[in-house]
Amino acid sequence: MVRTAIKSLFGRPATRRYPFGPKRAYYKNTRGSIKIDITGCIFCGLCQKKCPTGAITVTKEEKKWQIDRLRCIICGYCVEVCPKKCLKMEPDYTGPSTGGREDTYRRA
Amino acid sequence: MKKRTVIPFGPQHPVLPEPLHFDLAVENETVVEAIPSIGFVHRGLEKLIEKKNFLDYVYVAERVCGICSFIHGLTYCLAVEGIMKIAPPPRANYLRVIWSELSRMHSHLMWLGFTADAFGFENLFMNAWRIREKILDIIEETTGGRVIFGSCKVGGVRKDIKKDNLEAIVKKLKKYSPDIKEITGVFARDSSVKHRLVGTGILTGEDAYDLGAVGPTLRASGVSQDMRKLGYAAYKDIDFEPITEKAGDSYARCMVRIREIFSSIDIIEQAVSKIPEGPIETKVTGVPSGEYFARAEQPRGEVIYYAKSDGTEFLKRLRIRTPTFANIPALVKLLPGCELADVPVLILTIDPCISCMER
Repeated sequence: MVRTAIKSLFGRPATRRYPFGPKRAYYKNTRGSIKIDITGCIFCGLCQKKCPTGAITVTKEEKKWQIDRLRCIICGYCVEVCPKKCLKMEPDYTGPSTGGREDTYRRA
Repeated sequence: MKKRTVIPFGPQHPVLPEPLHFDLAVENETVVEAIPSIGFVHRGLEKLIEKKNFLDYVYVAERVCGICSFIHGLTYCLAVEGIMKIAPPPRANYLRVIWSELSRMHSHLMWLGFTADAFGFENLFMNAWRIREKILDIIEETTGGRVIFGSCKVGGVRKDIKKDNLEAIVKKLKKYSPDIKEITGVFARDSSVKHRLVGTGILTGEDAYDLGAVGPTLRASGVSQDMRKLGYAAYKDIDFEPITEKAGDSYARCMVRIREIFSSIDIIEQAVSKIPEGPIETKVTGVPSGEYFARAEQPRGEVIYYAKSDGTEFLKRLRIRTPTFANIPALVKLLPGCELADVPVLILTIDPCISCMER
């Protein structure tokens, strides 16, 4: 292991110098958070039925789509079942918060 | 007359990754008896099956353990597919094999790091985990998550890997192979490491078999038993042999896990060369009715899932028997006779995964 030890002593560090350097680019497949294109949503409620944790709430009369970010396990089941394909998986994860975090989207 | 003292090896200990309690009866720093206490992270996941749809439960089964998570999900899917008599397509089986072996590699590299940390060799711990990061990058690229894969479902797999990605994975693993050889060579040959591992915690073959030990703990005592030989999920088409050692001490258990890392690289290469084209899932209709035993080989040993259902969408009973639970009697047998300072290393050599053990 002498070879590795000397290489690490004089070489670059193995870790990234974030925040003094750039973040590593996410992979295309990385599961980070769910994003909705609300103009295409028909409020059928399939995503609410299939969500394993019950993080999504759909109200058809008020045209409201709500997701509890801290309950979502980013499994991607809702993305698969949406008939209009308006749900997408983004690689950026939800940031930290000090209370609950519920995002609401309405169609005007 | 020697006086007995009882020392608690508590739920919180710097060397343990998860909480486990032992009451150690010692006489002059030699352990004479060890009494385990478990139940610190019990979450009641088996009871949850009665409230969740059987298709949704895959996500819960994956989260039983953070290290061996893919194989928990895979065995649950095997149990439900066995009840409903669904056969996933061949390409799904090969993809399941590739992900299982990647999961095994990252678990063994993690264990090597913990063991090096347990006897104070922090440089080796960090270097082993540096290589493990590269395996986790491969897993993240293909499934989206680093430790919770989310890629197995009843009837097949959820994501596909394209052909050139598969060949890129094999090339990367071959490139990392000399680094892995160098790090694991330190475990095999360094005199200070051998001083801690050789000759401690000897478990004979008959004892290991009678007490019901599984996995590398059993294979290091000379008994050749590997659940992958049962032939689930495309293992019947892959050519490999279970890895055994004869000595039965901590050094033998370490060597079995090191050689299993290289055997996994070979299995992935074979799987990538044999994988057929085709669909990755079969459609699931209806509800299960019946019962089934599914067994698979986790990095720590044999895991058993027993599922029973009576015709509704909620399964009636799910019983999970994890490998760490089967290895605890063997651990209680091999602790007496060692010094107090050897106890952390011995507990780590059976690779305890306590969150699996008490789901």
